[in-house]
Amino acid sequence: MGSSAVTAQSQAVLQVDSLIKSFNGIRALDGVTLELRAGECLGLLGPNGAGKTTLVRSIVGRVIPDSGSITVAGNIAGSPAARATIGYVPQELAVYPLLTARENLATFGRYAGLKGKALQEATDWCLEWASLRDRANDASKNFSGGMKRRLNMAAGLIHRAPIVLLDEPTVGVDPQSRERIYEMIEHLKQGGTSIIYTSHYMEEVERLCDRVAIIDTGRIIAEGSPSELVRRTFGTRAELIVHTKHSSAADEWCSRFGGVRTDGEIRIPIAKPVDDLPELLRSAAAANVELHDFSLQTPNLQAVFLQLTGKDLRE
Amino acid sequence: MIGPVVRTSLLNLRRDRSALLLTFVLPVAFFSIFAVIFGTQRREGTPRIHVAIADHDHSRASQRLIAGLQAESSLIVLTAPKQKEKSDAQKPAPFTAETAEAAVRQGDVPVALIIPKGFGESPIAFGPARADQPVIQLLKDSSDPIAPQVVSGLLQKAAMTSMPDVMAEQGTKYVDQFAGGLTSQQRNAMNEQIERLRGELNQQQTGGAGGSTTGTSNSEDAFGGLIAVDSRDVIGETKKNPIVAFYAAAIGVMFLMFSASGAGGVLLEEVESGTLDRVLSSRVNMLTLLAGKLVFLTCVGIAQLTVMFVWGALVFKLELLKHLDGFIIMAVVTALATSALGMVFAAASRSRAQLGAMSTLVILVMSALGGSMFPRFIMPESLQKAGLVTLNAWAIDGFTKIFWRDEPLTHLWPQVAVLLCIALVLFFVARQLVRRWEYS
Repeated sequence: MGSSAVTAQSQAVLQVDSLIKSFNGIRALDGVTLELRAGECLGLLGPNGAGKTTLVRSIVGRVIPDSGSITVAGNIAGSPAARATIGYVPQELAVYPLLTARENLATFGRYAGLKGKALQEATDWCLEWASLRDRANDASKNFSGGMKRRLNMAAGLIHRAPIVLLDEPTVGVDPQSRERIYEMIEHLKQGGTSIIYTSHYMEEVERLCDRVAIIDTGRIIAEGSPSELVRRTFGTRAELIVHTKHSSAADEWCSRFGGVRTDGEIRIPIAKPVDDLPELLRSAAAANVELHDFSLQTPNLQAVFLQLTGKDLRE
Repeated sequence: MIGPVVRTSLLNLRRDRSALLLTFVLPVAFFSIFAVIFGTQRREGTPRIHVAIADHDHSRASQRLIAGLQAESSLIVLTAPKQKEKSDAQKPAPFTAETAEAAVRQGDVPVALIIPKGFGESPIAFGPARADQPVIQLLKDSSDPIAPQVVSGLLQKAAMTSMPDVMAEQGTKYVDQFAGGLTSQQRNAMNEQIERLRGELNQQQTGGAGGSTTGTSNSEDAFGGLIAVDSRDVIGETKKNPIVAFYAAAIGVMFLMFSASGAGGVLLEEVESGTLDRVLSSRVNMLTLLAGKLVFLTCVGIAQLTVMFVWGALVFKLELLKHLDGFIIMAVVTALATSALGMVFAAASRSRAQLGAMSTLVILVMSALGGSMFPRFIMPESLQKAGLVTLNAWAIDGFTKIFWRDEPLTHLWPQVAVLLCIALVLFFVARQLVRRWEYS
């Protein structure tokens, strides 16, 4: 993780303040406040429908909020100056399928105001960055899923914007291609690009992001570096993960020890594993809780999310 | 297992409004248009044909003939140009040979009859007309092959039904001339009969006897040739392949609309793929995007019409080079209007399937009404007027003015103005419709 590269004193390049947006009476964003600091990668972690995409689309000016404000490098979101500062990679494969990779990049480069030699250089850089040089003249409809994803990312970065919004860029991508995408993002980070990275994959957020904002039902419920979030939520505690048959006895046992229950799984934070574990197991036996198996884990972001919301990230 | 398959297909059809539209609404709409066009004709006879008559004779015979033609329910006889405004106190002067011919050339009427001076002296020709005999001239626009035939037939019929006295008088003259003459007693008796006939005829005419000439018998064939007629094309007589000009425009406009709506569908694809979102988050705004698409579609439309007319020129001898300036003007305004229409289709649709169904329905109905499938002059008058709400009608009229009537470019202003207005209004409508994609 590159948290060392970003300090708390870093200047905010993007600020979201008390953002509220409803669709048909349903709050998609419910008072979101956050900031992106120069050169950091901020992970926006939340399940599907949490409001991640609405927040990103608000930042690029495609969603008009009901209230609240967004400033991008000092400009109001959606203004031409703000749009010029942002590289937006939507969740969908937003490229022209009949155009080649080079033509797609050139098209979006022109839309971003590039022309002539600058456009040519930017196109070449993007092809190199996305490892698409050898397929530059092939129609994108013939690309594999991973290649399309990489082209999709490159098209959003053609104008080398200092702020990049990546909305779930690895959806539907195989592990090998995902690894390549991580490398591309790390390359961007090394270049000093400020990134907002939305995902519901805990692993990639932990790997790529300096800070994480956990979003659920349109609200930011926790914010900090991954290790901070774990420490803040669990302290030095470990987590006992128990697979058990669903029963009222199991529920009662779970809540007695401050645990969280999901389908067939109970997670209980324990402060001193060596001391507390035997007591926990004894009480389970006394309460007639049928344990199938159990394991002890160091908590991660997924556990943080579960602990804070009572829901699994993948729900 | 056939049952579940049928049930699934039925469920799919019920949910697919586009398919329902194409399956049930389009055929009914088309059937209705054809039924109105041809069904009405069957009930009311052929659509009423405008015919201009220039009477240079002013004789009793010529007036009788005109009265006979005026009594025909299938003709609208004009003895003078139509008054432009009702408030004009001065009535327009009656048609002359020149103004009647001009009316045909400008497409105001498809047929004109010129009754020459001296016609009344020898109106009926039993047998071939003599060289010195004044002959009625029938001036026609050959783009309408039906109207001259109808007028020609009704002219012969009118001669029989509206001027029997003249025929009797003429017959007497022939007997006098070729059969050794009548005795004074015979001539007196004959004159008495002719006078009685005239009296009856006058009585009929003052009593509104139009019905006497509306019989259903095919009189024009039975009595053809009683009145000598010299028929002449005043439009299209020098054209190598006259009808091609009409069809190049008619078919061209229809396919321009299809291709514009198809190309407009790219906008829908951009919406569905999220590309629109990306484009609008760049420096491009919605108005710029729409304007760019309109320019592109217009250029494609112009290219499409150019290919079509060049092909027409090469293969069917269409006079493209001679009318290049007029072609360019009409191609630009037509392509602009059809492109704007294509954008409205795309902007009003929620999916490609819906776009296909809606555009097919509207374009085919517009093409049928607007004259792209069959000329508007064969339609009942009400449908001809209704056709003016379609851009096909205005585009075809414009192209016809250039390629058919050889009219000067200044005469194109109504078509150009209307098509530009249509384009402007449709572009505005498209702009309003795409607002739903502009922001969430």
